[in-house]
Amino acid sequence: MLDQSEGYVTEDGRKIGGVVMEMKNITLRFGGVVAIKDISFDIREGEIRAIIGPNGAGKSSMLNVISGFYVPQEGEVWFHGAKRPQMRPFEVAQQGIARTFQNIALFEGMSVLDNVMTGRLSFMKTNILQQAWWKGKAEAEETENREAVEKIIDFLEIQHIRKTPVSRLPYGLKKRVELARALAAEPKLLLLDEPMAGMNVEEKEDMSRFILDVNDEFGTTIALIEHDMGVVMDLSDRVVVMDYGRKIGDGTPDEVRNNQEVIDAYLGVSHD
Amino acid sequence: MGRRERLAQTQSGAEGIQSLPALLHRNATQFGDAPAYREKEFGIWQCWTWAEAAEEIRAIALGFLELGVAQGDHIAVIGRNRPAHYWSMVAAQMVGAVPVPLYQDSVAEEMAYVLEHCGAKYVVCGDQEQVDKVIEIQETLHQVKHILYTDKRGMRKYDHSQMNALDDIMAEGRAGHARFDAELDQRIAAITYDDTCVMLYTSGTTGKPKGVVLSNRNVIESAKNSAEFDHLTRDEDILSYLPMAWVGDFIFSIGQAYWCGFCVNCPESADTMMTDLREIGPTYFFAPPRVFETQLTNVMIRMEDAGKLKQRMFRHFMTHANKVGGLLLDGKPVGFGDRLKYALGNLLVYGPLKDTLGYGRFRVGYTAGEAIGPEIFDFYRSLGINLKQLYGQTEATVFITQQPDGEVRADTVGVPAPAVELKIDESGEIHYRSPGVFVEYYNNPESTASTKDAEGWVATGDAGFIEESSGHLRIIDRAKDVGKMADGSMFAPKYVENKLKFYPDILEVVLFGNGKDRCVAFINIDLTAVGNWAERNNVAYASYQELTAHPRVLETIKGHVEEVNRSIAADEMLSGCQVHRFVVLHKELDADDGEMTRTRKVRRRFVEEKFQDIIDALYDGSESVSTTTEVTYEDGRKGSISATLQIIDAPVVAVTQHKVAAE
Repeated sequence: MLDQSEGYVTEDGRKIGGVVMEMKNITLRFGGVVAIKDISFDIREGEIRAIIGPNGAGKSSMLNVISGFYVPQEGEVWFHGAKRPQMRPFEVAQQGIARTFQNIALFEGMSVLDNVMTGRLSFMKTNILQQAWWKGKAEAEETENREAVEKIIDFLEIQHIRKTPVSRLPYGLKKRVELARALAAEPKLLLLDEPMAGMNVEEKEDMSRFILDVNDEFGTTIALIEHDMGVVMDLSDRVVVMDYGRKIGDGTPDEVRNNQEVIDAYLGVSHD
Repeated sequence: MGRRERLAQTQSGAEGIQSLPALLHRNATQFGDAPAYREKEFGIWQCWTWAEAAEEIRAIALGFLELGVAQGDHIAVIGRNRPAHYWSMVAAQMVGAVPVPLYQDSVAEEMAYVLEHCGAKYVVCGDQEQVDKVIEIQETLHQVKHILYTDKRGMRKYDHSQMNALDDIMAEGRAGHARFDAELDQRIAAITYDDTCVMLYTSGTTGKPKGVVLSNRNVIESAKNSAEFDHLTRDEDILSYLPMAWVGDFIFSIGQAYWCGFCVNCPESADTMMTDLREIGPTYFFAPPRVFETQLTNVMIRMEDAGKLKQRMFRHFMTHANKVGGLLLDGKPVGFGDRLKYALGNLLVYGPLKDTLGYGRFRVGYTAGEAIGPEIFDFYRSLGINLKQLYGQTEATVFITQQPDGEVRADTVGVPAPAVELKIDESGEIHYRSPGVFVEYYNNPESTASTKDAEGWVATGDAGFIEESSGHLRIIDRAKDVGKMADGSMFAPKYVENKLKFYPDILEVVLFGNGKDRCVAFINIDLTAVGNWAERNNVAYASYQELTAHPRVLETIKGHVEEVNRSIAADEMLSGCQVHRFVVLHKELDADDGEMTRTRKVRRRFVEEKFQDIIDALYDGSESVSTTTEVTYEDGRKGSISATLQIIDAPVVAVTQHKVAAE
C-alpha cells in the first residue's frame, strides 16, 4: 500500500499533494434502496482518481454526492479540510468543482462557443441591466472571458466547430464540448461522468490524451467514473472499485487489478 | 496608388539583393508598417508587420547563434504552416545555415532517412508529436544537438537538456544581442547569390527521397519572373495551408512574398482552412484540384437543399455563366445583352457565391499537381475566378510552364514561364532549362548527373508535346508509361484514364494497349456515387460485386466510354487510344492487394499480371469471362472471390489517319 499521509509521487514523476476531498462513511439511500453503503475514500491534489464498478454499482450516485447534488443520509464530505454543509449546485460550482454528464447536457441550439461561455458564468460580475446595455463594462467583461474560452477551445482542438450549433455535432465532439465548458469554470476539482461512454477507439484515445493534458497543464484534480477498464487503468493514479454500493477495492491500478474481489465482481464467480 | 506604381516600387531597391534576409531588410525599411504575416489564433487574426516580423526573425537568428549554429549546418523544420516556422527558415538563412522543411505527416522512419541524409543538427518542431518522432529517431541517429518546439503543450515533462521552446531561445537571443549582433550582421553580409537558400526533399514515388538544393539565385529569380508574369504586387493576400516541405509553398509563402512584400496568412488549424479562406479572401491562391472539387461538391449539395426559387435562379444564371463567363474572363468579344445579363447574375448569384467560397477578391490563382476535371475548371472560370494551370517541379523551383491571362484552357499547362527554355526529345520527354534549375541533389552526384546534363537541361520524366496552333504545352503521361500501339501511334494511358475518371461514377481506370492494335480498359465504379444513384432509382443490390454487374450500371458506364472515345478521336495524336472493349471489375483495386500504392496510384505491371485472364478475354473477343481473384482482408487473412464478368464493346469513332508520336 502507498503511504498516503503526505502525498506521493506517481510512476511518471508527478507529485501528488495532500487531501482535497475526503468522503467519510458515506451512506446514501433512496427509500428502501441503499445506493451507497458506508464508503470512505479521499481525493488528493493533482491526481486522477477513478471510480469504477459494474452497472448499478452506485458510481454515478457517488459522483453526485461529491458534486453536492445528492446529500447522503449518513457520513460526511470534507472539502479542503472543512466539513461541507449542504449546498446548492451553484455554490458547489463557486467552490471550484465542475463536472460533465453521462448523458450530454449541453444547450443544443446554441453554438459551441456560447456553450463554453456559459461555463464562465461565475466569473461574470455585471448585472442584467449592464449586460442589456452591453457597451462598457459588460463588453470588457465578455472580451476577458472570451479570451479564456478561446484558450480552452485551442487546447481541446475544437476551433473548427467554434460557431457550429451543438445539435449538429457528432457524439464524440459533444463530449469534448462538455469538457470544454467544465474547464471554462477553471475548476480545482473536475468530475467526469463516463467521459468515454459510447466512443470508438480513436475518440477514446483523443479523450484520454485531453484528460491527461488537462491534468498536466492546469494541474486540475480529476475524479472520473468509467467502466472501460483499459482506459481507467492507463489513465488514473488511484482507483476506487464499487460493487452493489460497497467499496471492494482502493489503490493503484496494479493493486486493483490483482484484487480477487474486484476480479470476481467484474468476471463473475461460479456458483457451485 | 495604382497597381503599376506599386509594382514599380516593389522592385525598386531590389537590385543587388542576393538573399531572402536582404529582401526582408528591404521590406522592413521600405514598408515596415505593411502587414507581413497573419495567423488566426484564439479566434482572432494576429498580425505582424514587416518591421515586427524582421525583429522576430532576428531574435530567432540570435538564438541560433547562442545555440552555436555554424555556417552550413542544416536546420530541419517540421510543422504546420505557422509564422514562427517560416521565420525559423529565414533565420536559419541569416546565420548561414540551410533550412530543410519536412513533411509533418511523414512517419518516424521516413523522417529518420531525411534527417540522417542531410545531417541536421538542429530541428524546429511544431508540437509534441513531432518532438516525439525526433526523439525516437535520435535513439539510433545521435546527431541532433538541439530540438526546438513552437507549441509548448504537453512538453513540460520532457528532459530539456537538449531542448527548448522557440520562444525561450528568442528571449535568450534578444537578451544576448549585444554579444551576437556583430557576428550576425557579418554572417548576413556574407551570403552570396549562389549559396544554398533551401533544401527540399522530393517525395520520391520510386526509391528514396532526394534532397533538392536550391540557391538564392534559383529562388529569387523564379520569384521575380513569376511575380512579373502575373503582375503580383505587395497588396496581395495569400493563404498558406499547403505542406511547408513542398516547393510551391516555399516559393509562394517565402520567395514571392519576400520579393513582392505581400502578406502571408496562416490558418488556425487544418480543419478550419475553409472558414479561414473565407475570412481572408485571398487575392492570389494556389490549390490542388482536390480542393476545388470538394468545394464544388459542397456547393451542389447545398443548392439541392435550397428553396425552389433559389435553385431556379442558380441554374438559370449558371447556364449563362457557362456560355459567356469564360469568354469575358479571357477578354473575348461578348454581346451587350449577354454582358448585361452577366452583370445581373454577378449581382444575384456569382458575387454571393464567390464570397461564400472565399474567392470574392480572387485575382489570380493556380491549380497544379494533377489533372483537373474540365467541368470543374470551367465552373470556377465561368464565375469570373481567374483560375489557371501551371506545370512545375521542385527541380525547376516550381515554374516550367504557366498559362498567361486570356489563354487559359483545361487541357494545356500553358507556355514556357519567363526565362524558361523548353525542348521535347525524340521519345517525347519534356526537358527544360531556366534560372530556376536546381543546383544538385544533395550528396547524390549520380542522380544529379542523370537528371541534369552539362548544358543545364533537366529531364522531367513526363511526356508531352507543344501544340502547334497555340504554343501551349500539353502533358500526356509519365514518360515511362507512354508506349506505342501496333501501328506506331502513341499510347498514353493516363490521358484516357483521367478523362474517364472525371465522371463521378468512375473511381479508377486501367488502360491496356501498349504494342497492341487497340485499347481495352478495366473500370472500377465509385460505390458512393453509384450507390447513391441506385438508391434514388430503386435499384436493389446486395453487394459491390452485384452492383458492378447490374445492366443499367454497365449501360451508364458504356455511355461514358462512348463520350470519351468521341473526345479522344478529336485529338490528333491520341485518337488511337479509344477504348474498344472494357470490363467493370468485380472488386476495387486496393493497396492491400498490392494493386495500388499507398498513395492510390495504380501499379500497372502488377495489375496486368494479376488479371491476365481478363485481359486475354478482352482481346480474344469473348463475351464474358469467369475469374477467381485472391483478396486480402484488412486483418491480413487471404480469401478469394469468383465472378463472371461481362465484357462490353464500346462504340469507337473511325479515324483515318494517325499521327506518329512525338513527330
